[in-house]
Amino acid sequence: MPNDRELDATNNTEAVLTDHYPGMAAIDETILNLETDAISPDGEVLKRPFGPLFWVAIGWVSLIILLAILANLLPLQNPNYGNYNILNAGPSLQHWLGTDDLGRDLFSRIVFGSRVSLVVGFGATFISIVAGGTLGLLSGYKGGALDSTMNAASFIILAFPAIIAVIALVAVWAPPNLWKITLILGVGTIPLMYRVIRATTLAFANRDFVVAAKTMGATTPRILFREILPNVVPIGVTFGLISVAGLIVLEGSLAFLGLSVPLPTPSWGNMIAEGSNNGLLSINPLIMMWPALSMFLLLLSINLIGDRLRQRLDVREGLL
Amino acid sequence: MLKYLGKRFFQLVVVAFVISVLVFLLVRILPGSPAQVILGSSYTKEAAAQLNAQLGLNHSLIIQYWDWILNIFHGNFGQSYINNETVAHELATGAPIDLELIILSQIVAFAVSIPLALTTSRRPNRWFDNVSTTGTFGMLALPPFVIAPIMVAIFAVNLKWFPATGEVPFTQAPLTNLHDFILPSLAITAGSIAVYYRLLRSDLIATLQEDFITMARSKGLSNRTIMLRHAFRPSTFSLMAAAGINIGGLLAGTFIVEYLFAIPGLGYTLVVAVNQRDYLVVQGITLVVALAYVVLQFIIDFLFTVVDPRVIRE
Repeated sequence: MPNDRELDATNNTEAVLTDHYPGMAAIDETILNLETDAISPDGEVLKRPFGPLFWVAIGWVSLIILLAILANLLPLQNPNYGNYNILNAGPSLQHWLGTDDLGRDLFSRIVFGSRVSLVVGFGATFISIVAGGTLGLLSGYKGGALDSTMNAASFIILAFPAIIAVIALVAVWAPPNLWKITLILGVGTIPLMYRVIRATTLAFANRDFVVAAKTMGATTPRILFREILPNVVPIGVTFGLISVAGLIVLEGSLAFLGLSVPLPTPSWGNMIAEGSNNGLLSINPLIMMWPALSMFLLLLSINLIGDRLRQRLDVREGLL
Repeated sequence: MLKYLGKRFFQLVVVAFVISVLVFLLVRILPGSPAQVILGSSYTKEAAAQLNAQLGLNHSLIIQYWDWILNIFHGNFGQSYINNETVAHELATGAPIDLELIILSQIVAFAVSIPLALTTSRRPNRWFDNVSTTGTFGMLALPPFVIAPIMVAIFAVNLKWFPATGEVPFTQAPLTNLHDFILPSLAITAGSIAVYYRLLRSDLIATLQEDFITMARSKGLSNRTIMLRHAFRPSTFSLMAAAGINIGGLLAGTFIVEYLFAIPGLGYTLVVAVNQRDYLVVQGITLVVALAYVVLQFIIDFLFTVVDPRVIRE
């Protein structure tokens, strides 16, 4: 649909030009570019095949999630039990990935450590989608004073660099644990999710099918949840995946700085930090390499899944 | 132009004010009072009251905030509880290190991504384009805390090309300093390269389909002239917006590499201060970095008006 595309392009430029707040033009540009191709009911949406890599990535993420859920049932060694007879051992049949400097089984620590990344990544995203999504739907559809207040507030909060805010909050709410970190990152992501969902809602609020529903006397909740929400979901899912990857990185950074879930609980971030300290890099680089590789493959898979979904839904690649 | 920038500046002041209030309140809702932290085991009610009077903590919140802001305008951010350095001194020694890391990493990022995008966008979906696009996609999955230790393991520990930790101030020995900064700044470059390349490439591909490019081609201009003089500038809009957001986000990256390489920049100082509950240092660094981030967005907005004057015509 070249005409629609052209229309989108001009809308999008206008959106950037009329943006009133410092630095946020980029985010709005991204959001307003999403537009309507994803929902066009006439079946003209170009369906690209997902390709084999997509399914490999899905398989990999599913495997990690499954291992993390079943970790307690699997015949894994205690991730915190140190066998002092086999320090810094290489991979073997007993220890698939070897042992660390305290003789702990690295495979078991990787499996248990994945829980932290997954809970924070998906949990915090869930919090932000539910809260930010609800606020975004309401404020985008209702408009008015509430909308402009929340919109301005979200800009100011987003003007704060994330890592600084999170470090400060973790310092305030010491000592950190898994649930606090998830809650802090989840609440911190609400303004971003709010902006995404609000902008998408705005794009749909005055479309014909919504107006039709309104004139037929549909109630506001019905319009929000039955008419608008189904069209917002694809964008929510795509940005949700971006946010999962981003939050896993943020948690990993915190863990690397020793500000996330404390030792001895394993997480990929604190395993990388442990393995990079105390000259361990020259003695046993595997301690750092395994969690680094796991993190790389997980992020790569999530990014790939998000990228293919974005192509399928024709959500233009953006900056978030 | 002036009206537009004035409006932006007003927003900048409002955001800066809100940030300063948030930072101020953050320290006030901390569990435990500064007096407890400073006095430690010798804490008594009388001593605490005396100290609070000395620090001005017995006044109302509004007066405390006013004093704090007034002092900051005089360049006085307070003092560290732990080592008695002034916070201003910590900022003055730390900030140049972060700046140097960010500038070096951005030079590399632009130097790699711009020529690469200019090359691949001319022939999209050929093998070179596919290799570059796949490569940068991989870079997106390499945050600093993953790539930095790997680089240290390979280039510092095994090959011994670079020192694993520490740095020499630029003013003492510029060349040694630059050499020490190669690994830390490369470690935070990967993400920037990937973001810039992907944005510029897709924008260039879109620009190359515009009529004025066809016009330039039919005039018989060389590809080089078309790419550099005609296509590049209109394609840099998202690139600049991305750079603004990205450079703010890079602070997180500098924190990681400073921590890993034990370079005493702002991030390193901040994390140490958080662990020692050195609140005034936390407060000062948080404020300055947040303000720097906001000012950076303002500068980027100004640059928009230079690249595309239509921005002003609202």
